[in-house]
Amino acid sequence: MLHAILSDKTVRLTALALLALAAAGLMLPAWVVNNMMFGLARGAAVLGLLVLWRTGLMSFGHGLYFGLGAYAVALSEHWLGLSDFALRILAAILVAVVAGFALGFILRRYRDIFFAMLSLAFSMVLYGILVKTEALGSTDGFSVSQTTFLGWAPEGKQVLFTAIITVCLALAVLVQMYLRSTLGRLTTAIRDNEIRVEYLGYSVARAIHIKYVISAALAGGAGGMMAMALGQVDPDSMVYWTVSGELVFITIMAGPGSVLAPFIGAIIFEFLRTYAFEIAPHAWQLIVGGTLLLIIFFLPGGIWSLLERIPFFRRLRHD
Amino acid sequence: MTDVPILSVKDLQKSFGAVTAAKDINVDIPAGQVVGVIGANGAGKTTFVNMVTGYLKPSGGTIRFRGRDITGIAPRLAVHQGLTRSFQVSQVFMTLSVRQNLLSALALARRKGGALLRPIAGPELLAECDAIMARYGLTDVAEHEASALSQGSRKLLDIAMAVVSGPRMLLLDEPTSGVAAEEKFAIMDTVMSALKASGTTVLFIEHDMEIVERYVDRVLAFFSGEVICDAPPARALIDPKVRELVIGDTRAPTAPTAATGQAEAAYA
Ligand SMILES: Nc1ncnc2c1ncn2[C@@H]1O[C@H](COP(=O)(O)OP(=O)(O)OP(=O)(O)O)[C@@H](O)[C@H]1O
Ligand SMILES: [Mg+2]
Repeated sequence: MLHAILSDKTVRLTALALLALAAAGLMLPAWVVNNMMFGLARGAAVLGLLVLWRTGLMSFGHGLYFGLGAYAVALSEHWLGLSDFALRILAAILVAVVAGFALGFILRRYRDIFFAMLSLAFSMVLYGILVKTEALGSTDGFSVSQTTFLGWAPEGKQVLFTAIITVCLALAVLVQMYLRSTLGRLTTAIRDNEIRVEYLGYSVARAIHIKYVISAALAGGAGGMMAMALGQVDPDSMVYWTVSGELVFITIMAGPGSVLAPFIGAIIFEFLRTYAFEIAPHAWQLIVGGTLLLIIFFLPGGIWSLLERIPFFRRLRHD
Repeated sequence: MTDVPILSVKDLQKSFGAVTAAKDINVDIPAGQVVGVIGANGAGKTTFVNMVTGYLKPSGGTIRFRGRDITGIAPRLAVHQGLTRSFQVSQVFMTLSVRQNLLSALALARRKGGALLRPIAGPELLAECDAIMARYGLTDVAEHEASALSQGSRKLLDIAMAVVSGPRMLLLDEPTSGVAAEEKFAIMDTVMSALKASGTTVLFIEHDMEIVERYVDRVLAFFSGEVICDAPPARALIDPKVRELVIGDTRAPTAPTAATGQAEAAYA
């Protein structure tokens, strides 16, 4: 198993890229490190959408799990006083897995636009509940205190940045192993022909349910990381439908080609937004939207497909 | 052959609104038999296969397979019992290569415990895949995408994928439809010899009477959702009702092999 992981070229490349990022973090200005943390966190949620997209499914409502993960971090602090990084991540993932598993029984019966919109509907319900409930912070949400590491509360953001990188690397490796497995390879097969999969003796509903829970777990962990990076959770920045929309946006921008693509795409998105905002504070959406249009027209495989023009990256796909 | 039939269908009914697609179908099939199902377009042949393999729920009646009631169970559970099928319109993974199609099928059929979480292409699976491609004449097109295959090869792939689960009984819905006339016998020879070797019970739907005559032990003739004749081919193909309602030829047969040469008429 370990050998299979270490010999996988995508895994090696991802590890190398993230290590380089961690090293760079030591020298970069704080706002750049912040942006990269946001990008990495969002990238983990986009990785979850990639798992669905490979099977021809899309969710317009993964802000639901992103928000659940973020609120798991905030409420576990508020109610239980938790501030430890590992515990916060675990809480975020656990809450999302439980919710994804339960809703999965409904979602697994739908496809296409209904599948995509159902998650959105659930995320709107959560948004409504959060906004209306004083005990859950209402519209203001909660601030999230500094994250600790086994009791240690380090200065600055470097340690949190490195920890987030480590989690993203672990998630990317797990997803890569999953995509290489029989279950993961069922992606194209399910997209191509559900009837055949059934007649091979396997339940398509179950396969989709598993994929949905995996994607929920990733979005939950992502929300947890975002809460820690931002130091704040509130319904508008964690659950609102624009959060879900951004995830879909980045998924398409990044392309489905590799587990590394979501992180690259999300980091680029973060900087694109920052610069667009600086250039045109009132029309930054125009710049971001225009960029996506250009990508859809000229790079239908997303930013990753640009890298795949280089033979090394192209070969990864068949590794 | 054992006394208990491998498949036993009692009083099977199915209606779609006003259309009766199956009416009082009663059939027992002993293990190892090769059964040919004939009937004009819309006679209810596919509906029968769909009900037996769990794709459609019958409106009435029971289906027993190896002594167990399997009426209305999900297709994948029928597959677990050893009952599977191929399709009138090939159901393969169109964007995957022939090899990937078979590997997916093999991986799903052989999954036990954590097998679904291991990489798909272990050496044993690859070897087994090669053997199947050789047996079904697919070696030359191994790397071709399924969407680029000829009708004949796609049908063979469809059948090969059904067979990897090691079924005890296989239902083939028009294995040679859409296939060039000169390819038909080659395909049937390939399929039937592979299935004979594994002792699989076979039921296939076929419009070409030459093929029916050549390969089956028994004919079931469908008309308007009913079985109007259940007999060995030598008798069934000269039965006046079958000739009129299925083969579409009212002339008196001149010899027991009269169906030969009627293939084109029957296929229309
Ligand atoms: N899902 C369905 N809904 C409504 N009617 C159906 C459905 N499936 C089949 N039928 C009808 O049931 C009858 C039997 O159809 P079936 O497909 O079983 O015929 P068949 O013998 O396989 O014909 P063919 O030789 O054309 O394949 C036809 O009248 C058909 O229109
Ligand atoms: Mg039919």
